[in-house]
Amino acid sequence: MATAALSTVQLAPGQAAWRRFRRHRLALAGGVIILVLVLGSAFGPYLLPFDDTYIDIMKRFAPPLSGAHILGTDELGRDVLARLMMGARVSLSIGFVAMMIAMAVGIVVGAFAGFYGGLIGAILMRLVDAVLCFPTIFLLLALAALTEPGLVTTTVLIAATAWMAVARVVEAQVRSLREREFAVAALAFGSSNLRIMFRELVPNAIAPIVVAATLNVAKAILLESYVSYLGYGIQPPAASWGNMLNNAQIYLTNAPWLAIAPGLAITLAVTSFNFLGDGLRDALDPRMNIP
Amino acid sequence: MSTGATKPEQLVAEAPVLSVSGLTTSFMLDERRWIPVVRNVSFDLAPRETVAIVGESGSGKSVTALSIMRLIPKEIGRVEGRVTLAGRDLLTLPEASMKDIRGNDVAMIFQEPMTSLNPVLTIGFQIAEALIQHRGLSRAAAEAETIRLLDRVRIPAARSRFHEHPHRFSGGMRQRVMIAMALACRPKLLIADEPTTALDVTIQAQILELLKELQQEEGMSILFITHDMGVVAEIADRTVVMYGGQAVETDATARIFATPSHPYTRALLAAVPRLGSMDGCARPMRFPIVDKVTGSSDEPAETPDTVSTAERPLLEVAGLTTRFPIRSGLFGKVSGRVHAVENVSFTLRAGETLALVGESGCGKSTTGRSILKLTEPDSGTVLIDGQDVLAMNGRTLRDVRKHMQIIFQDPFASLNPRMSVGTAIAAPLLANGLASASQARDKVADLLVRVGLAADMAARFPHEFSGGQRQRICIARALALGPKLIVADEAVSALDVSVKAQVVNLMLDLQAGMGLAYLFISHDIAVVERMSHRVAVMYLGEIVEIGPRASVFGNPQHPYTKKLMVAVPVPDPSRRGTRRDVSNDEIRSPVRAPDYQPPVRQYREVSPGHVVQVWGEEWSG
Repeated sequence: MATAALSTVQLAPGQAAWRRFRRHRLALAGGVIILVLVLGSAFGPYLLPFDDTYIDIMKRFAPPLSGAHILGTDELGRDVLARLMMGARVSLSIGFVAMMIAMAVGIVVGAFAGFYGGLIGAILMRLVDAVLCFPTIFLLLALAALTEPGLVTTTVLIAATAWMAVARVVEAQVRSLREREFAVAALAFGSSNLRIMFRELVPNAIAPIVVAATLNVAKAILLESYVSYLGYGIQPPAASWGNMLNNAQIYLTNAPWLAIAPGLAITLAVTSFNFLGDGLRDALDPRMNIP
Repeated sequence: MSTGATKPEQLVAEAPVLSVSGLTTSFMLDERRWIPVVRNVSFDLAPRETVAIVGESGSGKSVTALSIMRLIPKEIGRVEGRVTLAGRDLLTLPEASMKDIRGNDVAMIFQEPMTSLNPVLTIGFQIAEALIQHRGLSRAAAEAETIRLLDRVRIPAARSRFHEHPHRFSGGMRQRVMIAMALACRPKLLIADEPTTALDVTIQAQILELLKELQQEEGMSILFITHDMGVVAEIADRTVVMYGGQAVETDATARIFATPSHPYTRALLAAVPRLGSMDGCARPMRFPIVDKVTGSSDEPAETPDTVSTAERPLLEVAGLTTRFPIRSGLFGKVSGRVHAVENVSFTLRAGETLALVGESGCGKSTTGRSILKLTEPDSGTVLIDGQDVLAMNGRTLRDVRKHMQIIFQDPFASLNPRMSVGTAIAAPLLANGLASASQARDKVADLLVRVGLAADMAARFPHEFSGGQRQRICIARALALGPKLIVADEAVSALDVSVKAQVVNLMLDLQAGMGLAYLFISHDIAVVERMSHRVAVMYLGEIVEIGPRASVFGNPQHPYTKKLMVAVPVPDPSRRGTRRDVSNDEIRSPVRAPDYQPPVRQYREVSPGHVVQVWGEEWSG
């Protein structure tokens, strides 16, 4: 009763969520870092005097802060900062695009499975379970070995290993939401099943979907670097954080900055997305009351 | 058991058990603003007296009770004033002594007993535990005392139910267990916060009767919090009427009902439906609306005759049967069936209201949903305008549903929280491709005005509206397709009394204006009497009595109809205790074995259109 009395002055759901999110310091920091990474990769390369593939054989292995090379140069004298920024473009866009594809597939599969249930639901969800059983990294490498490596294939492959978690979240949400009275009311006033699924039910599952999405971006970035590190992903001379690490391992003792820069970038991006996901999960959960 | 009007005066002479003066409770809104939710409330509670705090939702009645018990968390709430229990000021006691008082001197029971019981421990263990802790009894003595307490609250076969878990008990029985627990420490004061609100009328009558008897035996005082004027008239010696956080009127219950002085009390009483007030009146009647500030009232008129007589009935239901299988075991073998709706037949004319009344689990909601084919019935026919609904599927079913719409009990649950109300009301039009976006906008504005809201509210979201407004939005959405029939599934049951009266009036106006037929599903017999032309009483999935409202309520035949009518609390303290004959039966379950064959029923016509099921031995004695 106490809370009911308090709720006379109600906040819009969005406002309340923003309040809860603001209290989550790490998530806020994560959000800022992601913003910096995105802006840096988008505009940074234009601000540098060096191209990421420009080879200056005279200045091989220049250490960081030597002359104009802020993060030094690699074994071919290419500027590490420029490569890091171009690599961020690749890694981040793979992360976002793979997340989008995984979301789309996961939401559709989950919505159909949850809404229809029964045989259709059982078949779809057992398919999800089956795919989920493969060890992700081996599945990815096996598939990568069979296809032409590149930006598009890497993205699609990563999406193919990430949609199942989304499908499960959406299926559970839709299955419980379809019993709610507003869904029954929509059925009674003649909405088609597709309309009920995607206009009424899925928007109400948006909170867990958004959380799954952010965590998926982190996972995709990590997977991209695994695959590129192992040589199956983005091919040189194009830069990605993963193949920069791959390059760096031979020179680890005499040019450690080659490994540290992309390593830090991956760590920073992945933890930021994870924190952001945590923050969104708490912020979008209406059961979390502002104390 | 009768408590005359003289009792309160005699009691006031004794020192009060509980004395509340100038109680003000404020909640912290954000960083620094305190909003008073209860303002300057004062009342006394004498030994063996029952005081009711009555008010609508948000009036501060529950917060008053929580403040007395000091159950408002310090971080969000501030309680000022004086609360004296047997000479001690509760508001200044240290927390440790307060803990001692809760459960020993004051006990509390709540609306939903299941949330107060631990589901994994047996009933007996939980009560015995309270006895060991508060009264220091040994385990054996506590168990003996527990069985005595379960007997005291009239739980049948107390000894054998000692070892059962809470989920095995019905709602009414759980509330008895809570009362037994409250009695365990022989409290001086029992605070009952809406203890019967979630219960069916017959069970509510049992619990009220039990509380009265126990009060006599134990000599305790009761602070009874409720929104229901009928319950107040039934149980309270004195009444505090709360409105907007203030006690607007405090007086002996009889005087409050006979000569209410505050306009709000008058408005509240005018909105309370009284069973039997419609004698000699064949058509539904609007509720009088009393202004909460001035107290002036309009004269309710009987509605015009809306029922069409010449044509064929709008809705014809014959032999409708819906059963739900209960599966168990590894292979999902059917181990039983819920016979939710069993061979139900009735007709409904255009412009007519047929009420389906009955208690929880009697199948009235399933009947409503089966008619729209929202639940798949097992057999029977449902004809609307001569078209067989149950034979339809897909496209044709969606088309025929344009003629019949449904409104649910909880308007908040039936609106999509992420859709603005304008979008929600337009959704039926757009889903059926009946209007363009701009036509839909105009139609939404028109509908909002029609249900008594403003057209510019379309952009707002459901959480920005009150319960009554939300139900108006649901009605507007149901009207969007221009239906002929509206199934109102407990559509006004969750609303406050005064709001309920307004929504009923709106429904009657819409019926007069548009010739709507209502299938009005409700457990609230007093509202049903007010707004229906005909009534069907359901019991365990079957219609046991059906006929014109005046005939069924004026001359009830079936024992169940009679039982139901006796149980309805009468908002008239002078009639208290004159007609009580309440048994301790539970509502029976409609679950049957898989091979169960329902008996063939005989029906008897009492008067034209009034038909009653011939009942068997189970009702004798």
